[in-house]
Amino acid sequence: MKALKVIALPAVLFAGWWVLSAGSKDFYRPPLRTILVAFADTWFGARIADDVLPSLARLGAGYAVALVLGIAAGVVIGRHPAVRETVEPVLEFLRAVPPPVLVPILILVAGIGDLMKVLVIVSGCVWPILLNTVEGVRAVDGVLADTCAVYRVPPVRRMVLRAASPQIVTGARQALSIGVILMVISEMFAARSGLGFTVVQFQRGFQIPEMWSGVLLLGLIGVALAALFRLVERSVLRWYHGQRAAEKQH
Amino acid sequence: MLEVNGLRKVYDGHGRRVEALADLTFKLDDGEFVCLVGPSGCGKTTLLRCVAGLLRPTAGEVRVAGRLVTGPPDGLAVVFQEYGRSLFPWLRVHENVGLPLSGPRKPGLGKEALAAVGLAEARDAYPWQLSGGMQQRVAIARAIAFEPKVLLMDEPFAAVDAQTRADLEDLIREVWRRLGVTLLFVTHDIDEAVYLGQRVIVLSASPTTILDTLDVDLPAGRDQLTTRAAPRFTQLRGRVYTHIQQARTS
Repeated sequence: MKALKVIALPAVLFAGWWVLSAGSKDFYRPPLRTILVAFADTWFGARIADDVLPSLARLGAGYAVALVLGIAAGVVIGRHPAVRETVEPVLEFLRAVPPPVLVPILILVAGIGDLMKVLVIVSGCVWPILLNTVEGVRAVDGVLADTCAVYRVPPVRRMVLRAASPQIVTGARQALSIGVILMVISEMFAARSGLGFTVVQFQRGFQIPEMWSGVLLLGLIGVALAALFRLVERSVLRWYHGQRAAEKQH
Repeated sequence: MLEVNGLRKVYDGHGRRVEALADLTFKLDDGEFVCLVGPSGCGKTTLLRCVAGLLRPTAGEVRVAGRLVTGPPDGLAVVFQEYGRSLFPWLRVHENVGLPLSGPRKPGLGKEALAAVGLAEARDAYPWQLSGGMQQRVAIARAIAFEPKVLLMDEPFAAVDAQTRADLEDLIREVWRRLGVTLLFVTHDIDEAVYLGQRVIVLSASPTTILDTLDVDLPAGRDQLTTRAAPRFTQLRGRVYTHIQQARTS
């Protein structure tokens, strides 16, 4: 029943697209059938290794660096009010800069290779992780902190990171969707491989069904990453969801 | 074992000076069970936090086993009033009890402590799956397993129902007798103070001073029915009650 609900709307939309586009003669809006044929021809082959995997590798690297940086800086800033007051105005400014405009600057600094693309992803992903971590760390219960002090429990590793994990996960979820967007955008400039690069190539070469198939693939990657994220979240935050459910019962 | 000399605490902030503790001097011998009782808002928690090394006094000093307290001292455990917030919700019951421990004795100590509070069966539960009284038992088990020389308890039974409270009071008496620990028990409940302690220290309203110290010359074997019905119990209770009434009206 639940699976049916999940599947229902996508199935309807897919069928609608299929039927409505079936007889299309419009060059820019080909029938879904044509797009799916192009999908199989385009993506089930060398392109997986040449374009899809490099894109995902850059996303993975950028996201991982953003997680480590964001959480580490967030813990320091959240635990020390003096540090927070000093860096907050700078953070507000940096956060307000849209990461895509950093691409030209990062090209100057880091060239046009993988490093630049990873840095673009880091520069966008780090903010939601950092800011949510700061909030989570600041909200840590004083009684838990006292408990750590009395019982000689190392506070950061054993308590702060776990206590702030619901907020950290929220930030990481936001960062993931930003990361996918920036993965594509970073490949639209000065790239020789990758999903964003390929989609733009197709568009410039008037390979319209192939272009559409690239968009479809990006959507599917997004769905798969979100599902993977939920899986990780469920195990990391099992205690949190259990506790919330228990509180609701009382 | 525990010495408090001329302790004074003034909170200073936002242009307001609040004198919480005026001048407190008292002493606990090795293995003694002393209850601190006073009207609500009389700075009991402030006093306890100073003794535990979690709060720096404005003047005066605390010594545990002869050593000046500047941070949480060795061999001192605290059972906090807010049991729900002092247990780690992401750890199971036995992990909560074992967290401060290390070395080869860790499993044995944890197991014994849980058995002593009657929670051997609940070792794999999460704290939020347990009732309030059971959660406080977990916190007590954690304190027992820590093998402290001095145990501080801050209104530990203020938030549990009357029946559970009576059970926990007897549990604490038993734990104290078995471990020979020096126990400082803070409460606002006069009956509880007289029932539990060997000595009761009556505190004034804030800024706090000591109004009276009385020895509880009731037999060591106490139980809820006969002890509370004894004429001497009523007498002692009356004396404490009168002091606290005076403290509240003056």
